[in-house]
Amino acid sequence: MLEARDSQYMTEVHMLKEKIKSIRKSILEMTAYAEPGLHIGASLSCVDIIATLYFLKMRHSPYRPDWLDRDRFVLSKGHAAPALYAVLAEAGYFPKEELKTVKELNSRLQGHPDMRTPGVEAPSGSLGQGISIGIGMALAARQRGSQSRVYVLVGDGECDEGQIWESLMTATHLKLNNLVLIVDRNGWQLDGRTEDIKNKVPLRGKLISFGWETYTVDGHDVEKILDVLDMCELADAPAAIVANTRKGKGVQFMEDSNTGHKMRLSNEQYLDALKQLEEGS
Amino acid sequence: MRAFFGEELVKLGEEVHELVVLTGDVAKSTGVGAFARAYPGRFYNIGISEQDITGIASGLALSGKVPVVALFAPFVMRAWEQIRSTIARGNLNVKLVGTHAGLSAADEGSSHQPLEDVAIMRVLPNMNVIVPGDRREIAEATEEMVKVKGPVYMRLGRDEDLSFLEGEDVFTLGKAVMIRDGHELAVFSNGAMTPEVLKAAEMAGVSARIVHVPTVKPLDREAIVSAAKAAGRVVCAEEHSVIGGLGGAVAELLSSEYPVPVRRIGVQDAFGESGPGRELLRKHGLVAECIGEVLAEVAGGKKKCS
Repeated sequence: MLEARDSQYMTEVHMLKEKIKSIRKSILEMTAYAEPGLHIGASLSCVDIIATLYFLKMRHSPYRPDWLDRDRFVLSKGHAAPALYAVLAEAGYFPKEELKTVKELNSRLQGHPDMRTPGVEAPSGSLGQGISIGIGMALAARQRGSQSRVYVLVGDGECDEGQIWESLMTATHLKLNNLVLIVDRNGWQLDGRTEDIKNKVPLRGKLISFGWETYTVDGHDVEKILDVLDMCELADAPAAIVANTRKGKGVQFMEDSNTGHKMRLSNEQYLDALKQLEEGS
Repeated sequence: MRAFFGEELVKLGEEVHELVVLTGDVAKSTGVGAFARAYPGRFYNIGISEQDITGIASGLALSGKVPVVALFAPFVMRAWEQIRSTIARGNLNVKLVGTHAGLSAADEGSSHQPLEDVAIMRVLPNMNVIVPGDRREIAEATEEMVKVKGPVYMRLGRDEDLSFLEGEDVFTLGKAVMIRDGHELAVFSNGAMTPEVLKAAEMAGVSARIVHVPTVKPLDREAIVSAAKAAGRVVCAEEHSVIGGLGGAVAELLSSEYPVPVRRIGVQDAFGESGPGRELLRKHGLVAECIGEVLAEVAGGKKKCS
């Protein structure tokens, strides 16, 4: 019995990794396709987390996107929209072919998330608001007696925003143990390294002092991500995960730098990145 | 006025099960204390954090709830960008209620006297903006605000028990009400200014068509254009900056539909200050005597007082 479950887990994780490969490929394609460029660096740092949530953790269905008791994901760092779009397409919320239309006039895929995209749970793009929105969703679930859980992904640069800290206080005050915060700790923001622009250290210490049950995890290791997400379900308080990631993960010329903050991949860069993706698996 | 809003919320609580109320440490002052007592499980005092509150309301609305956010109007404005980027952009079913609007917090001074809120809410796509003033109108507006789909900003000003509307069903979203007919000029006003305008017209002895416009957005285009056509001269009066409020909305509409001179009574591009309520209003020309002068002047009559 246990052996069967072990092997099922291994199969699931294997399938997730295959899916992530396909999603990363989609992001590269979009970035080669979209003329104005995309926030590829920030997308590649959080895509493993978003994919793990959608494929192995959250209860949701593209066949019934308005199911009241679904789990919800809020992308507070809205500029990572390409990662979310690629995951939603892979999950079946809209055809993968549509990814190519990102940022085109009349496209359902806007530069930053908004409600016209199937599967998008909240508008974002203006930083700092996702935790508040998640609190509202978690309260609604609690009022209904629903098992629905809410996951919010913020960037580390985003933590400069005052509203983040307002909402961190509120969530613990309301004892929202159906709310999980994930901080994409890639160490970069638009103008440079996060610690040079405005120091966040000790980020986890701050979260602990605000009353959150906190975890640190390698944000590119899906098995570990899954482990801490499991732990979060046992929390008595809102749970926060500081996910250590690398901006531009998987593409050498932009990894752990701001090179890929917003860019369009040239044909050569695209082929090079694709090759690295194949080799990296 | 706040009491009528608060009482109506309690009534609605029974009927609209998804109704939830949020505030930021101003439960008593905004009139939602009774709701909190009646429905403690559907009331959240989030503390002094307006940006967080509007975000939480957004999340509740995205999950099918009908959140009413009660705050002081000056500090609703603090969350304007959140209201714009999340509530208006997402066309979310969030109801924002700003109390103590205009010069009503007279003693507190300009920090607490919002004269810009109608302008900055009106400019947002999807947003409905209402400024009721009559006691029954406030109750009906509260009900309609909760029942209509989409974002609404309701502005509540001076905390007086005003009753100047007659008949049943005094409020319909998007509808202006002609309170008095007249032929010399048309006056558009809202909130607590309308009873001042009624008095002013009497004092000035002018024949004014007085139209109460509690919905600034969507504006009742037909009522405004037809009144302007009938009277030929137009005055707007509101406890708000002359820039961007009801006067601005009427002037924008008439400039394309029926261009006539529009005289805008309000605060002339200035901040308020501390002072006794009536005297503060008088300083800005917002009491019946001063309004009457403007009406007389616009109607072509002579000045009766300086």
